[in-house]
Order: sequence, then C-alpha cells, then structure tokens
Amino acid sequence: MSDETAVAETDENAVVVDEVRDALLEEISGELGDGIVESYVKPGDDIWVRVSRDAWVETAHVLREAMGFRFFNFLSAIDWLPSPFGRDMDSQVDITLTPPDSTPDPTPMETGYAGGDTRFQVFLRVNDITTARAITIKTDLPDDDLSIATILPVYPGANWHEREAAEMFGIDFVGHPNKRKLYLPATFAGNPMRKDFPLLSRRIKPWPGIVDVEQMPGDDEEADA
Amino acid sequence: MTDLTTGADNTISTAEQLRYIHQQAADARVNVEIETEGMTLNIGPQHPATHGTLRIIAKLDGEQVVVAEPVMGYMHRGYEKLAEVRTYPQVTTLINRIDWVGSFANETPFILAAEKLMEIEAPPRAQYIRTILHEMSRIANVMLGIGDMGVQIGAVTPIFYAFRDREYVLNQIEAATGGRFHPNFDRIGGLKDDLPAGWIQNTKNSMDKVVEFCDTIEELMYGNEIFQARTRGIGIIPADVGLSYGLSGVNIRGSGVDWDVRRDGMPNGLVYDQIDWKVWTHPDGDSYARMWVRLQEVREGAKIVNQLLDQIPSGPVMAKVPRIIKVPAGEAFVETENPLGVMGYYIVSKGDLNPFRVKIRSASFSNVSIAPWLLKGVYVPDIITILGSLYFILGDIDR
Repeated sequence: MSDETAVAETDENAVVVDEVRDALLEEISGELGDGIVESYVKPGDDIWVRVSRDAWVETAHVLREAMGFRFFNFLSAIDWLPSPFGRDMDSQVDITLTPPDSTPDPTPMETGYAGGDTRFQVFLRVNDITTARAITIKTDLPDDDLSIATILPVYPGANWHEREAAEMFGIDFVGHPNKRKLYLPATFAGNPMRKDFPLLSRRIKPWPGIVDVEQMPGDDEEADA
Repeated sequence: MTDLTTGADNTISTAEQLRYIHQQAADARVNVEIETEGMTLNIGPQHPATHGTLRIIAKLDGEQVVVAEPVMGYMHRGYEKLAEVRTYPQVTTLINRIDWVGSFANETPFILAAEKLMEIEAPPRAQYIRTILHEMSRIANVMLGIGDMGVQIGAVTPIFYAFRDREYVLNQIEAATGGRFHPNFDRIGGLKDDLPAGWIQNTKNSMDKVVEFCDTIEELMYGNEIFQARTRGIGIIPADVGLSYGLSGVNIRGSGVDWDVRRDGMPNGLVYDQIDWKVWTHPDGDSYARMWVRLQEVREGAKIVNQLLDQIPSGPVMAKVPRIIKVPAGEAFVETENPLGVMGYYIVSKGDLNPFRVKIRSASFSNVSIAPWLLKGVYVPDIITILGSLYFILGDIDR
C-alpha cells in the first residue's frame, strides 16, 4: 500500500518537471536578466514569461535573433478589469442559476498566468519551428500611460496585430508607422474590446440562453427530476 | 503577297517583321520612360479575387505597383467580443463562420483548448472522427481554392470542376454533421453524434472522386503553359520573411519550410501520429509553388482520410462532461493546422460559464499581412494571381 503511493508520487513528480521549458526559461533569463518580472511554466504544456515594458522590444529581438523563434504567431492585448456590468452581460442560463447583482461586480482584478499588476497587458506569442517550442510573452502597461514600443522592426508581421490591439484597447504603439484604424470606421469612438465598453445589442435584448442548452444523451431523466 | 490591283510584291520578310516588332517595342519603351504620374487604383471591395470584401488600394507607376495597402473591416463581426458574453458551447456557432469554406476545422482548436483547460479528453473514436472531419474540411476548402486560382488567371473550367467534386465531400460532411457549411458538430468532450450507417464506405468513394479531381486538375491547370507563365517566378516569398510575417500552412511550405503543426505541433488530441503521411514542401516560394503544394495537400488529405477510416475504433463519441460547462480558471492556447494555415485560440478563463477573453489567431489575417511587402513592384495583373495564390477567406481575416 505504501509502496503504491510512493510510486504514484514519483510519477507525479516526473510529470511536473518539464526539461524543455525549464531550459528555455533559463536561456531567456540569461539573455534578459532583470527584464523578466515573472514566469510560469505549465509542465508539458506551455510557458508564460512576463517582462518589464522597457524590455519589450529587446525581448522580441532576443527571441528572434538569439533564440531562434522565427515564427510570429500573434500579438494582442487583454483587459483584466472585471466586467462593470455585473453579470447581466452573461447569458440567461447563467442568470437563472445565480441571480445577478444589480451592483457592479466588486471582485478585485485577477490576472492570469505569470501575474500582472495593471489593468492592461500586451501579450505576444512566437514559435520556434525547428524545435517545436513556443512561448507567450506578456507585459504590463501602466494605467496612466497606455503606450508601448512597437516590435515592427523585429517582427514585421506584428503590423496589423498592433493596429488591431491599438483600436480595440486604445493602446498606443510608439513608433508604428501607420496608426490608422484597421477594422473600425475612422470616426468610431471608443475601444470595443475594453471590458467597460458595453455590448449594446446584449443590453437591449438579453440572450435567451436557457433555450439553447442542448441536452446531453441520457440526461433527460436528470433534467426532468 | 502580291497586291492584285498594282501587281507589286508586298511580301514582308521575316527580318522586316522582326524589325517592325522591335521598333514597336522600342516605341513602347520610350513611352514608359516618359515621366508618368502616379495613379491610384482601387481594387474591390467587391472583386472575385478577394473572396469576400477585401479592398486593395494600389498606387501605380505605369503598370507597376508602388504601394499596395489592403483595407479591411467590411466584414468584421467582432467574434472576440461576442465570445465573451456567450457560454463555451455557444461559441462554436460563431467560430464556424470564420473560415466558412472549411468550417469544422475552425471548431477543432477552440474545443481542444477548452478541453485542455477542463482536463478532459475525448474518447478515441471521437478523436478519429474529429481528425477525419478536420481533414475533409481541408479538402473541401483547398479544392475550391485551386479551382478559384483558375478563375484568377482566366480559366473558368477548374472552378466548375472544383464545385462539382467538392460537393461529394460536402455531402459526406452533411451526412455526418447535418450541416453542409456550418457543422457545429464538435462538443467539449467529444462529438454531437456518431457517424451514420454506411458513411465510411461513402466517404471512401468520395475520396476517390477527390483524387480523380487532383489528377484532372494537374493536367488541365498545372500543366498549362499560361498557368505556369502567370505563376512561376511571381510573388516570391523567402522563407525567413514569410515566417516573420507569420505566414503559415501552405504559404510557408511553398517557400520550402518543412513545418506542419499536424506533425510538429504539440500533441493536442488529433490522431495524425497514428497514420502514415507526408508533409509536402516546394523550394521555389512563388505562386506556382504555393498552388502546387496545395494540390498535393488535397491528395495527401484523401490518403489521410482513407487511412483513418480504416483504423477508426469503436466506442462512445462523448466523454462524461457536466451538463452545464464551467471551465476552470487558466489560460490555454491550442493551434491546429487548418486549411488556410495555423489557427489557434488563446482562451483566458476565470472559471465562469463564458470565456473571459478569446484571442482568435486566424491564418489568413497573418497570411495577407505580407501583401504590402509582396505586392511592391509587381505588375497589375499579377496582383490578382498573387492574392489568389495566397488563398485567403475574408471571414478568416475580419473575424
């Protein structure tokens, strides 16, 4: 009995160690030094590294030139603010389960893997196609200065991705040669992907979510009961 | 030739003909050397080469492009925002409409990413059927792309062949999923239903049609002198430039990069490792190379489907999942090799019924972002063939 548990424990430990990504983290730490704020390795899955805003372009440069991450996957941003509309933006199936508060959601801001201190984060994902490694880089943007240097000279493919993030989140990519809107009309006001930008159609007519829930095979008895 | 009225001999010798042609050409050259004013040419938003509503504004000098700038957003539907207010099972309805010619392939990475966060795995039978349908959407999509390339160079027959033979594949997708274009068949934890009776043999028959189509089109189109003249050596993308622009799929394999997420990516629940298949590449990097690799991919796809159909295991198609799906907090990114290139979903979950943020990495968006670089200096007719050879679907750009 005790032997079995011991074996199970060692197996778990074996899974937890991820040599490829630990080595990758060590390599990027060596290259960037203080530029790295935090990192997170999900063994056997993925790696997230948060760098300081000043080290953003350098990180991209190191990844491409020194570490062989030649493939630009995507760049985007995220707004960590909990939705100020409480839960009434959720589908009705959710509201029937837990009635929504009329007051805005007071939950504090929680950020994802590799942490974060500010409301907005920019993240970038690049691949190394020769070794099948991939890495997600994040950086915080201070609330009073939503700007970051463009990585266009390093990855030219970031051009449209940065324009999209700029119009959707209101982030200024310093040094970007073409700051016109990409998708939105030129006269559009606001930044639609921000959490405090309401989805108007949903506020006018709530989604009748419960109607859409599909029953699982063999679930009928449970649903009736 | 003797003039009948005057009796004079008007025969022009070959040398004279040549002199005349050269003189004409010299005159034409002089015209080019005269200082020309720049001209702005607007292509689209409605143009057959744009597969939807992509607009390209090209500044021309004579017949050469100086600057070409794609303008998009005519079809932006805001799926990333909409996904934030829908439950996970509802999101697949939206993302079906991203690449509408190979819809099932859009669902796969999203479902796989959600499954990864929930730490559940689909039963083996579901994994096989998923891979088969994923590959069939590739075949249907790329067949249309090949036929469409014919239209861009002025050959109308291939598109009719493509529409005709694609129907055999779409019929099978419809028989299994109920939807010709928007299957909405993938579920977190498996599939909506099992395959209908007789589907396996019918699909094998449809794959024969696909291979037949490839053979026909290879002779009809790829062997055609005009096709080669219009595509060979035109729109060359060096491998490294392509990678830094985020080009993926056929477009980068046409530049000699031997990289395919189906083979080289992280194991993600599709069973490409169970079968024997090959990643096709072409070293040239021009329009022809991309179209050539595309044709091989269709053939290879038929091969993959046939092998998977032979190996398909029995068992359930749905894992045990809760009735109301709540995805645990976390972040996951899953990318798969879709008909148009690498497609991935970056899901941020906070443990709710709906995703907190979904970033859709669509293939065409990155593939077309190289257009301003690639179209610089090309001639006007080549704009169309180059865009045709990049093969994008507008829904995949605008999302």
